[in-house]
Amino acid sequence: MMPEYLIDASNLRKHFGGLHAVDGVDLRVASGEIYGLMGPDGAGKTTTIRLLCGALQPTAGKEQPTQILIGGVDMLRQTELARQQIGYLPQRFSLYEDLTVLENIHFFAQARGLQDRDWRPRCMEILQFVGLAEFLDRRTGHLSGGMKQKLGLAAALVHRPRLLLLDEPTTGVDPVTRQDFWQLIIRLAAEGNQNGRSTAVLISTPYMDEAARCTRVGFMRQGHLVVEDTPARLRTRLQAQVVEVVGRPLPLMRRLTSKEPGVEDVQMFGDRLHLRVQEGQAEAVMEHLNQVLPEQGCQISRLRTIPAQLEDIFISLLEIK
Amino acid sequence: MTDQAAHSPAITTKDLSRRFGEFLAVDRVTFTVQPGEVVGYLGPNGSGKTTTIRMLLGLLRPSAGTGQVLDYDIVQQSEQIRAKVGYMSQKFALYQELTARENLAFYAGVYGVRQRQRIDEVLELVGLKDQERQRAGELPVGWRQRLALGTAIVHQPRLLFLDEPTSGVDPLARRAFWDLIYTLVEGGVTAFVTTHYMDEAEYCGRVGIMRDGRLLAFNTPSWLKQNALPGLAWDVYAEPLLPALNALEACTCVLRAGLVSDHLRAITPPDVDATELQARLVEAGTPAVHLEQVEPTLEDVFLALASHN
Repeated sequence: MMPEYLIDASNLRKHFGGLHAVDGVDLRVASGEIYGLMGPDGAGKTTTIRLLCGALQPTAGKEQPTQILIGGVDMLRQTELARQQIGYLPQRFSLYEDLTVLENIHFFAQARGLQDRDWRPRCMEILQFVGLAEFLDRRTGHLSGGMKQKLGLAAALVHRPRLLLLDEPTTGVDPVTRQDFWQLIIRLAAEGNQNGRSTAVLISTPYMDEAARCTRVGFMRQGHLVVEDTPARLRTRLQAQVVEVVGRPLPLMRRLTSKEPGVEDVQMFGDRLHLRVQEGQAEAVMEHLNQVLPEQGCQISRLRTIPAQLEDIFISLLEIK
Repeated sequence: MTDQAAHSPAITTKDLSRRFGEFLAVDRVTFTVQPGEVVGYLGPNGSGKTTTIRMLLGLLRPSAGTGQVLDYDIVQQSEQIRAKVGYMSQKFALYQELTARENLAFYAGVYGVRQRQRIDEVLELVGLKDQERQRAGELPVGWRQRLALGTAIVHQPRLLFLDEPTSGVDPLARRAFWDLIYTLVEGGVTAFVTTHYMDEAEYCGRVGIMRDGRLLAFNTPSWLKQNALPGLAWDVYAEPLLPALNALEACTCVLRAGLVSDHLRAITPPDVDATELQARLVEAGTPAVHLEQVEPTLEDVFLALASHN
C-alpha cells in the first residue's frame, strides 16, 4: 500500500539575494512519522518550514518548479485549504501575556474559524492534553517558560491539524521540560495513528540527542538536505565500529590512539575517548591498545566496543561529503 | 597533571547558601574544582545554577557559607575574581559591524590588555587568522562562536565560565570548539560549563546536577551512568506503543516510563528482572516483542535526579 504523504514537496528553493537559504530540497513525510530536521543554525531549517507552511514564496527554479503538497492539497495554488491542515509553532510565538490561558486558546480557536459551540469542548480537550487544564484562569504572563510553550503547542493544535510543524521548540528549554514536551509530541503522532486519523510531525532542532526520538531524520547543511534516514538505518550505515576508552591521562591517550593503525578518527569527551575503527578491526585495536597504552604510562579503566551514536554517524557522513 | 595538582583549587565552596526571603535558592553547596578540569553544571530552570555562578563571580553575596575562586574570597575580593575569569554566553556579545580583529581589540581594551601580539596570538589560537578582516556578522555561526571564545580569553583568564557554548552549531564545528577548549585546558585553564544539553555535558570531565538548590551529584559522566541511577534502565519494544506505555506507568515496579520514538524506556528498581517486567506487560495485554537492559544515558540519570516524582 502506498503511504499517505502529509508533506510531499519537491525542489524547495528560497534565495535571499545571493544567499541560497534553501537550495533544491525534496521532502516527503508520511503519516505517522516524526521527522526531525537537523542541522546547525543557518542551514535552512526555518526557511524550509516557512516554505512548507506558505509563509514564504519559493524562488522559482528555471527548469523545475517547486511543488508543495500538504495532505494532497497544493500549497501554492490552494493556500488557504492547505494551511488548514497545518499546525505551526514558530520559533518565537506570541501569546497575549495579559490574557488568561483559556482566553488565549479561545482567541486562537476563533482565528482558526472554530464555531462558537465547538470551541469550548475542543479547548478543554487540548488543554487537558498538554496538561494546562488546571490553569485556565492564570494569566499567560505568569506561566513558566515550559508552560508557555505547552500553551503555544495547544494553540497550534486547536483546529485539529493533520500536520504539525515545530520550529526548534526545545531550544533553551530545560531537560525535564523538554522530556515532557517530547512525550506530548510522540503521543500525538501515536494517537493519530491509533484513531486511524493520519497525523505527522516535522520538528527542527540543532541538537543531536533529539534525533534519536524521531522516526526519521534529515540533516541540512547550507541549504541542502545532505543525509536522510531512520535512526536505526543510519546506525547500520556506519561501516565502522566505535571503541570506548576510559582512562587517564586523556590528552596523552588521545595522541597515542590517533596514531594507531585501524583507527579512523578519535573523538575526545570529558572522561573518555571514542575511536572510530575500521570494520572488523575492533578486537585487534583493543588488544594492541591494552599493551601499548600502559607502556606509555596510561592507565586504562575501561576498553570496549559500544554502539555508534548518531553524532558519530553524522560526523563520518559529513566528513565524506 | 601532577604539577597542576600542586596548585590550589580553581574553585572551592563550603556550604554555600543563598536565601531570597523564604526561598532557599542555593542550599549548602560544597564542591572543589581543580585547575585544568572541565566541569559541567546541570539543573532545571530555577534549580539554583545561576544563583551559584552569580555568587562565584561576586555579583551576589551568599547568605551563608564560603567560597574561593582562584584563591580569592568571593565576598571580599570579587573585583580580582572578575579580572581573572572569562565569560562566554550562548548569546555572545560580539559587535556584528566590527571585524574579528576589531572585536578582539575592543575586549583587549576593556580588560586593559596592552600587548598587540596578544591579539595575534588569540586569532591564531581560535583559528581565525585568515578571517581577521571579516565582519563578525558575516562569519558562519561556528566561527562566530570561536571568535566569542577569543574575546573571553584575550586577557588570559585562568577560569572560563561557558554558558551553553555550542548551542546551534554543526557537529563538526562543535568538535572543533571542544578541541579548542581542551587545548586551553591542557595549558592549565579551568572550564565551568552550564548547559541544558546532554550533548554538551558529555564533553565535561565531571558533571554536577542541581535540584531545588541542592547539589545532588558531582562525578564523571561514566560514573554517573553506572552508579547514580537508583535502578536499571530498560529498552522495551512493544506494539501498540501507547497501551504498553500506560501499562508500564501503572506498574508499581516501574519508577519512570517514557516514549523514545519507536520504543519505550523504563527505569525500574535494581531487583526487577526481565521476566517480571514482561509478566506485567502480558497482564496488561501488551507483551513486549523485545526487552533489553541497557546502560542508562546521562539524560536518564539527570531525569531520575532532577524530576519531581
